[in-house]
Order: sequence, then C-alpha cells, then structure tokens
Amino acid sequence: MAGKIRVVVAKPGLDGHDRGAKIIARALRDAGMEVIYTGLHQTPEQIVETAIQEDADAVGISILSGAHMTLVPRIVDLLKENDAEDVLVVVGGTIPADDAEELRSKHGVAAVFGPGAATGEIVDFLRGAVTAA
Amino acid sequence: MATTGNHTDRWREELYGASPERQGELFSTISGVENEPLYTEENAEVGELGLPGEYPFTRGVYPSMYRGRLWTMRQFAGFGTAAETNERFRYLLDHGQTGLSTAFDMPTLMGYDSDHPRSLGEVGREGVAIDSLDDMLTLFDGIPLGEVSTSMTINSPAAMLLAFYACVGERQGVPISALRGTVQTDILKEYIAQKEWIFPPEPSMRLVVDMIEWCSREMPLMHPVSISGYHIREAGSTAAQELAFTLADGFAYVEACIERGLDVDEFAPRLSFFFNAHLDFFEEIAKYRAARRIWATLMREKYGAKNPRSWLMRFHTQTAGVSLTAQQPEVNLIRTAIEALAAVLGGTQSLHTNSFDEALALPTEHAVRLALRTQQVIAHETGVVNTIDPLGGSYYVETLTSELERQAYEYFERIDKLGGVIPAIKENFFQREIAEASFRYQHEVEQQQRVVVGVNRYIQDDERPLEILKIDAALEQKQVERVQAMRARRDSTAVEAALARLREDAAHEDRNLMEPIMDAARAYVTMGEMCDALREVWGVWRETPVF
Repeated sequence: MAGKIRVVVAKPGLDGHDRGAKIIARALRDAGMEVIYTGLHQTPEQIVETAIQEDADAVGISILSGAHMTLVPRIVDLLKENDAEDVLVVVGGTIPADDAEELRSKHGVAAVFGPGAATGEIVDFLRGAVTAA
Repeated sequence: MATTGNHTDRWREELYGASPERQGELFSTISGVENEPLYTEENAEVGELGLPGEYPFTRGVYPSMYRGRLWTMRQFAGFGTAAETNERFRYLLDHGQTGLSTAFDMPTLMGYDSDHPRSLGEVGREGVAIDSLDDMLTLFDGIPLGEVSTSMTINSPAAMLLAFYACVGERQGVPISALRGTVQTDILKEYIAQKEWIFPPEPSMRLVVDMIEWCSREMPLMHPVSISGYHIREAGSTAAQELAFTLADGFAYVEACIERGLDVDEFAPRLSFFFNAHLDFFEEIAKYRAARRIWATLMREKYGAKNPRSWLMRFHTQTAGVSLTAQQPEVNLIRTAIEALAAVLGGTQSLHTNSFDEALALPTEHAVRLALRTQQVIAHETGVVNTIDPLGGSYYVETLTSELERQAYEYFERIDKLGGVIPAIKENFFQREIAEASFRYQHEVEQQQRVVVGVNRYIQDDERPLEILKIDAALEQKQVERVQAMRARRDSTAVEAALARLREDAAHEDRNLMEPIMDAARAYVTMGEMCDALREVWGVWRETPVF
C-alpha cells in the first residue's frame, strides 16, 4: 500500500444530519488520510462517480434517515457495474442490528458503525481493511 | 480570579485550595463554560431579573407560570402514511397529550412528492409523507381542529403545509382565523444546521415574510415561525452558540418584516421559539433565562416594540436527541427526565420528551408513552411547579445566565461584522463554528474527559437487543399509488391555472404568495408541484461543504 489512504465520506439521499459525517471526515484527515467529503443530498450515482474520479480506497456512507436499505445496496451495485467493487464500503448512522447484518452479509458492506462508535475504532478499521485489500 | 481579600477568595485559596480535586474529568459545562467551584454573593453576577411576567422576563413570561397553566405536553409524531400517523395522534390524545406535533418525512421536508425519483426509499421513514390536501385530510381525520393546537415541523415548504392545514379547517367548518398552532418555517437554521432546504436564502426569506404578513391578517392565532435552536444544538453546537445563533435568526426575521413595512407590534407577538434541553442541567436553565432577557431587551430597545407581548419569548423545548445512546438504551429514560426537568425549571411553554429507543429507530408506542409519562411525573408528582422560577437568585444560575448572555452578545457582534445572518451563512461562519464545537466535544469524550454512561464507561457487553419500530416498506408503494391516483382524478385545468398563477406571482416580489398557494392547495396541487414551480423561478440552494 503506497501513499495515503483515500476516503470519500458521503451523505446519500435527502438526509441533512451531517454532524457525524463531518466528525468522521475530520478524524480521518487528522489520522493522515486523504478525505473527500461529498456534501449533502447526493444520489448513489453521484457518490459512485466521486469515488471513481477520486480513485478512492473506501467510501464511508453516513445515513440517519432510515433509507439505508434502499440507498446502500444501490451504491454497492453501481460500484460493481463500474468495475469498482474493490472500493471498500463502510456505513455509519442509525442502522438497526438486523439491517446492519444484512448489509454486511448480502451486500458486501465491510463494516457498519452505530451511534457511539469511537473515531479511533473507525480509523483503525480502515487502516487494516484497506491495507489488506 | 484576582485576590481582593474578600471572604470567598480567601476560602478559595485557603480551604478549597488545600483539598484535592478529581483529576482527568473537566469541571466546565458540556459546552465548555468554565465553572468556579463555588458562587456566593461576592462573586455572583446577577443581571436584571424583574418578576415573572415583568420586563425583562428573566424569571418567566407569565405572572402565574405553571400555577396558572402547565406547559403543553406535545409529543412530536409522524411516520408512514397519513393514516398511520392519524392513529398515533389519536393514541397520544387518548393518553392525555394536550397538543399535536407533526413530523414530516424527508421528501416532504425537501419539497419532493412521494413518487419523485429522489424520494425512493425515504417515504414515511422519518416522518409522515404528505403530498397534498388529500393526505392532510386523512392526517387530521376525526380530530377537531377547532379544539387542538397543532405544531408542524416544516420549513422550506412551510407555506404549502400551512395552506393544506387551513384547507382542512375550512372542510371541518372551522374558520381559519380560529385555527391554533405553530409552523416551524425557520429557514435560516436550515442553512445553518438542519440542512433541509430548497431555494436560495433571499427568496426563502421572502416566503417567510409572506407567511408572517398573511397570518397576522388571516390566521392571527397561528405562530407562523418557530425560531429554532434545537437543530443547531443537535448539529453539535454549544449552548451559547444555540442561544446566540437562534436569537440572531430571530432578529433577522424581525428586520426582514420591518423592511417589508410591517409594524413590529403587529407580528412580533406571534413569533415563537424552540430550544434544545441538553444534559448540563444548570447551563440549560441559564440558557432559557438569558434568552428571555436578551429578546425582551433588544425587542424593546433596538427594534422599538411597544406592546409588551412583543417582548415575550415563548418557547417550546425538546430534550436532546443527540444525548441519547444506542448502548443500554433504557438509561435514556433517565437522561430525558433530567433534561425535561431543566426545561421546566427554565420556564418552557411546551415540551417534547424523547423516547428511550430513538438512537435506534423511530419510537414504539410503549416508548412514547413512557416519554409522555415522564412529563406527567414532573408536572404532578415532583412539586417543581409550585413556585415560579425556583432557581432565580441562585448565585450560580444567575452568574451562568449572565455569562451565556455575554457570549451571545459577542456572537451578535461577530455576525454583524460579517454583514448579518445571510452573509454569514454564505461564508459558512455558523457551519464552521458548529463543526468545531462538535469535534471538540467528541474529542473530549474519546479522551475520557467527559463520561458517557454505557459508551465510554460502565460498558455492558451482554446487552439484549431492544424491540424497535419497523416501518413497513410497503407503505412507500401505497403512498406512491395514492398520490398518483389523486392526480388522475383532480381537475387538471384548475391545477395548471393555479401553478401558472403561482409562477407569475413568484416572479413579482411585491406579491404575497399565500393566496396563490391557498388556491393551489384547494385545487389539489401537490406540495412537490408547487415547489417545482418556485424552483423554476427562484433556483435552488447548494452549500459548499466544510468540515
């Protein structure tokens, strides 16, 4: 693994809750990663386009609107369609346990971080998972 | 603090200084305001108090406060389609709730109908989906609008939802002048914190002033704006920022209305406020007291309001969603009770208590009932309602009130230097201040300088999963079919005419848009269609994100 880890932090859908996304973006940057924050109200298409253009190692999707079971699989599918399935997908937000399990097992999401997750835990996870990939 | 030889200072140096302090944790408030270990008559800073119902209303807006009337217990509710939420409303009214409060789903907040491609997966998830008058009629079916007051948390499309509500009143035979309630309409805090916007700030402000102007004439019992700090705090601000930014927004609306040529005493009595109740108990109480004092002072001294009712800051409070944990969620009951108590001791006019399961999902009926019961216990069992502003005169609370007031005035100066609230939004001033504060707090938690029970201390590994509310995914399709069926049966000529008039009037700044919006609502034009018409004329807002 050469160079900095590149992460796109993305807010899909209509959800305006951006406290978590901004904290994560800053924590990843402070940990030495290259962070691209998409800003709010992005479609899955826009997020995948950004991930590809930015040659991202990982996409961190922050979602608190309850639309995760529609939007996250769509992002994963679009990455595949664009031959970018090597981009690691990580999700954070208010995701019920059953949904988190389904996102991991059926949709290939690498990890789901819920409320209260420490930023250090997320940094460590990304370092480990991206280096391993 | 310099030694002046007074008793308190001597105590601080000689007695207190000789005793050890706990190390590691902070003694400042959650927001970072430094606290002395002790306040006495020698180091307290007591501002102007007045008596309850008396300028500057530090001790409360009404002379009798809760001995005259308890606060309104108003639980925010909304999910699925209008039918599901109507059922929840009736449930809450049956359990002793005294006012209604509507949560709308994301597409409604953003001005998209349920069948818009951008609404996919979001319909009815975080609130109720309302596309047209048809849905609004179902939402309030069997609820006499002449007898309840209704709060609606809607901002960019507030004018459309107010029109739908007024039309339901008309259908029920209640004159719209008799309808009571609150529409949030606070677009400025959307750009600052909540981020559910449609149009750029200038036309958005015009629409707000149109509503205020029209309501003062047609719906005098409505609060057309609820100037909200709640979302600013939830986005990660400090208490002082919540106070300062909310009041700055309030004064920006006042200035916009005065600029329109409205008499301040005509509209100011109908402005209302909405604050957060976070966990730092005394800081929250001080925040409400400072807010009342600042509002009264500037409304009288700066904006020349002569009617005492224009000086009153009346506010709704909601306990802090952001303070709830997904870990050991039952503990949230305790957090919420303490926050609610702060709101009551701070003199709130109405209150929403969060449910303990809300860090996980929308609340179940069981969780909502416990949240409502929390308020009932405070109101009827604790005795805190027996005496008005029981903490008034506390050396600490008065000093903290003065300190938060001072910090608010400092922020007002900084905002003025940037040219006012809208230029400051465009420069990302508020957004940066909030991001900075929220990052600092997260850092303090991760450094264990602040303890969050169940998250960074007293962790329990064998937690049983909680039963949570699941929104039936089929409801989205049901709502999509419903709006499409409604479009098929309405008079399309009337729809086109109403939309043409709305576009035309929107292009003329001197025309009030409420009448064309009312006509469009009556013609079953959807909220999304009305917003699209305005998007064509005004364009849309895009934020340059900062973190």
